Amino acid sequence: MAVKKLRVRGHRVVLNRSKGGDVGITVMLILLGALMFLPMWYLLIESVKPLGERNITPPLLYVMKPTAQNFIDLFSNINSTWVPISRYFFNTIIISVAATFGCLVFGSLTAYALSKIKFPGRVAMFKMIQWSLMISSTITGITNFFIFIWLDWLNTYWISIIPVWASTLGLYLMKQFIDANISDEMIEAARIDGAGELRIYWQIVMPLVKPAWLTLLVTTFQQVWNAGASGYVWSEQLKTFNSAIATISGVSAGAASAGSVVMMSVPIIIFIINQSKIVETMASSGMKD
Amino acid sequence: MTKTKKDVKLQQPKNQKYAGKAMTKGRYIRSQMKRNWVGYVMVAPFLIMFIAFTVVPVVLSILLSFTSFNMLQVPEWKGLDNYVQLFLADDLFITAFSNTMLFAITTGPASFILAFIVAWFINELSPRLRAFVTLIFYAPSISGTAYLVWGIFFKGDIYGYVNGWLLKMGMISEPIVFFKDVNYIVPLCIVVAIWTSLGTTFLSNIAGLQGVDRSLYEAGAIDGVKNRWQEAWYITLPSMRSILLFGAVLAITGAFGFGAIVDNLCGNPSTDYVAWTLQHHLVEYMGTRFEYGYASAIAVVLFAIMMGANALVQKFLSKVGE
Repeated sequence: MAVKKLRVRGHRVVLNRSKGGDVGITVMLILLGALMFLPMWYLLIESVKPLGERNITPPLLYVMKPTAQNFIDLFSNINSTWVPISRYFFNTIIISVAATFGCLVFGSLTAYALSKIKFPGRVAMFKMIQWSLMISSTITGITNFFIFIWLDWLNTYWISIIPVWASTLGLYLMKQFIDANISDEMIEAARIDGAGELRIYWQIVMPLVKPAWLTLLVTTFQQVWNAGASGYVWSEQLKTFNSAIATISGVSAGAASAGSVVMMSVPIIIFIINQSKIVETMASSGMKD
Repeated sequence: MTKTKKDVKLQQPKNQKYAGKAMTKGRYIRSQMKRNWVGYVMVAPFLIMFIAFTVVPVVLSILLSFTSFNMLQVPEWKGLDNYVQLFLADDLFITAFSNTMLFAITTGPASFILAFIVAWFINELSPRLRAFVTLIFYAPSISGTAYLVWGIFFKGDIYGYVNGWLLKMGMISEPIVFFKDVNYIVPLCIVVAIWTSLGTTFLSNIAGLQGVDRSLYEAGAIDGVKNRWQEAWYITLPSMRSILLFGAVLAITGAFGFGAIVDNLCGNPSTDYVAWTLQHHLVEYMGTRFEYGYASAIAVVLFAIMMGANALVQKFLSKVGE
């Protein structure tokens, strides 16, 4: 068998990449991307479409005279709400920050303990958590309702916050990343050097799995943000910005699209900020060893 | 950070206590528990919440599914009656069951495969470009309501985009009411579901792909991996197995929990119940009829199906890269 000649550039082996594959993948990406983006584009132009262009048939995929009227309609209604809009905003901040932060802390702390501290019972506990990933909120919805009643949590912030802390998904994601990216030897070395478990968790493990918890942060925040209108909270004073927007955007089709854009923009901004950080860590951490 | 002899010696006194005695299994476990007590402290808060909001509800649900319960009276034990009624006397349940299976079999694998393929495609792009493309694919799932735009896109009158163009091209003579027409509801809902499904799975795939050790690829190139397809099969997929399992779990829960999209686009119930799923059936018995025992039985059936699907997928994924 002939030994294949390796191409090396800057001390790195150049991987096998065919031109045809590159082109094929690019074409596929552009096609798929266009399919994914088209409805989003439609939503965006709907939000700036003036009333006069709404009745053109067939509808155009661009706007001739973009207008901010839909957003003005949306926000002028905000002043007419019974509870001041700042209150909704405050609720959203409290719930999203508390829920996301707690989910990150409890998820990663538990994941670290399960992954690197060899206490008896950890395997069984993780098995149980793995099985429970299959348990969606649909399945536990009925009995969770009774538990909320028993805890007297109906119509409080708690109902939107605490269940998120117990999210097994985040824990599972963190555990997988810690298992894959941090060797037991490294932790053992830190222990021998006298670092306590909390310190190892905070100063060694967390920085190394930054991509994992940033991903978790983005997805948890998005989930909490979208779940704003919980059916178990009925006081107007406790509802979120999200539910307020959903209510007032009913005034017109244009305002509804504008409302969708407003609601979408916050998680997208958070995502963009985090994405750049994720990329940074990836480039600089040298994840392994 | 290297272990010196001195460090190793310092470690020893901890174990010396047991040196003379024969180490029984029980004693070993007890010593491990004592040594690693911090572990229990660290998992305790989560464990308590997990038991309260997941374990207890599931156990209660299973118990309730054997009873008849309306919250006002004490639950009445009925044995397997609920299940017998579900499978033998409830036609709508059978509809819901087969619809759920149909949605799950189409949207689950499609979203799972798409989430991997796209993440893999963009893995070698420059960071900036990758971030941009990620945003395009992730944006649809980021907002809970963005998919309502499909309702405008496929609106049932001549002002809808699709109808407008079909009319103009002369392919139809009058507008199709897409989300009320039994021929279109199911396929359209499947498309919308796939469109919104590239969420967490996609992001974790990207992070996972970035975490694959590059030296493995280099070693692969030396060992005779010829092209990127072989590389993906023999190196990338096996090193990402845990992330793939995670994605599969998400795909399954997403696919079987299908329901909200139908409600918001087609109304509840959809025309002739063509898109009636187990989720709808459950909510109907819980929220409208207050038959908690019966609703619990539906939840248990849904849970059992998802467990089965998960076992199948795990079996399949363990074969990857062999």
